[in-house]
Amino acid sequence: MLCQACKERTATIHLTEVNNGQRAETHLCQQCAQQQGLSIKSQIPLNELLNTLLSSQAEKTSGEGETALAAGSEHACPVCGMTLQRFAKDPLLGCEHDYTEFQPELMPLIERSQNGKNHHCGKVPSRTSKQDRNQIELAKLRRQLEQAIKDEDYEHAAKLRDQIQALE
Amino acid sequence: MRPADLCNYPSSWFGRDADLVSEVVISSRIRLARNIAGYEFLPCLLPERQQQLQDRLKEVLMSIDLGKKIWFVDIDHASDVERSLLAERHLISRRHATGKGPRSVVLAEDESFTAMINEEDHLRIQFYAAGLQLHSCWDRINKIDDSIEAKVDYAFDSRFGYLTACPTNLGTGIRVSVMLHLPALKMTGQIEKFMNAARDCNLAVRGLFGEGTDAVGDFFQLSNQVTLGVSEEQIIEHFSAVVVPKIIAYEVDARKALLDKKPQALDDKIQRALGVLKSACLISSQEALFLLSNVRLGVNLGRVQDIKITTVNELFMLTQPAHLQLRAGKILDADQRDTLRAEIIRTKLNQN
Repeated sequence: MLCQACKERTATIHLTEVNNGQRAETHLCQQCAQQQGLSIKSQIPLNELLNTLLSSQAEKTSGEGETALAAGSEHACPVCGMTLQRFAKDPLLGCEHDYTEFQPELMPLIERSQNGKNHHCGKVPSRTSKQDRNQIELAKLRRQLEQAIKDEDYEHAAKLRDQIQALE
Repeated sequence: MRPADLCNYPSSWFGRDADLVSEVVISSRIRLARNIAGYEFLPCLLPERQQQLQDRLKEVLMSIDLGKKIWFVDIDHASDVERSLLAERHLISRRHATGKGPRSVVLAEDESFTAMINEEDHLRIQFYAAGLQLHSCWDRINKIDDSIEAKVDYAFDSRFGYLTACPTNLGTGIRVSVMLHLPALKMTGQIEKFMNAARDCNLAVRGLFGEGTDAVGDFFQLSNQVTLGVSEEQIIEHFSAVVVPKIIAYEVDARKALLDKKPQALDDKIQRALGVLKSACLISSQEALFLLSNVRLGVNLGRVQDIKITTVNELFMLTQPAHLQLRAGKILDADQRDTLRAEIIRTKLNQN
């Protein structure tokens, strides 16, 4: 099937819209679909994310003069010496402390590469202290509570609230 | 048997073909990325510390129960061809093969388990199985992870989970992959559809063979990209219950359509591939992969009767460059490799 827009390439995006019981089908190739703003999630390479990250850093500091910019780019982790400049060239961190040291700068990058997620949910090492386990469980329950309220599932929300109170 | 002797055998994960699922899903793999608390990540780890960490992890891995026979291969001191062999068999990554400094791999003799030490993260453990067996892969790797964790402290944060060198692996550090053979989707021009669907589910698609990301020979590797904010079980369940069954259904439909609508065209492709493979005197690895893929489809669909699927599977593994060179016992140039590859394929296929 040919793309309805350019009539040259093969249509690979097939959109069905139902409006007031009327079915409308659109068949487009990837290029035309993108032009028409149909969102096709593409994998954003990490390097691209990093470049936008660093340029936004530069913008933020440029108003405060060159010294601030230099200070920002030279900010190094006291444990391993990693800088954001170095990380931007090869997106690997230098030590576990970098996640704390550069957290404000890393957060947007983490959320974008992790589909908006910013909290671990999954396996926890068995050696983790009871206190930390509680913290993890609490954070999880709070996120579930938020979702339940959003979904207007108040019965479930009440249960979650009780669980949270029991842990606190 | 030594690791180099593996060049004479196909991988255990490239074997099962008893059912429809295994025709499409060649193998399943689950990998966990872990770092050890108190050691810098590899970009900032000094060589002496890297050596010290390797020795420590080797000691830990050799002390836990990983099966009957376990190998330790010092990648830093291995020959180029040995490194390539391990990479061709997916036992180590290309990155690990070409990396720098003290690094190694611990592997089970049946190749189901491997642990890369000092790759991108301090430790990357993975479990392989033939066909679609993600749940059992997870059971095994999770238990191994527990036994390692009983002896070392992992870098772990209550908010971010397991801390990894690259933020794209953060959280669970899990990479769930399935290797797929999708010749009918490729032939019917629907592979784009599969790729787009995968991207919409935040999954990455790569080629299974070859060095680039281009898929050669209709083999694809599908893996999760999101590692944070979802549990290991959720990721695995999404793969096993939602994603993979859908892809299998697409491929099976495409196969049926080919059989119903264009059986001659299909037979022509299969028989031509077989003809070339049975008589060529020089064959590149790319061409071999492409043609073997068509023959595999033919065998799976019952259009080729006298060749066993295991023979075809074996040829995929054994005709890769490092496999050929270890088998010949010497370094071969491209022409010599193409000659030997053609000879092995001819002999095997004409035998049946």
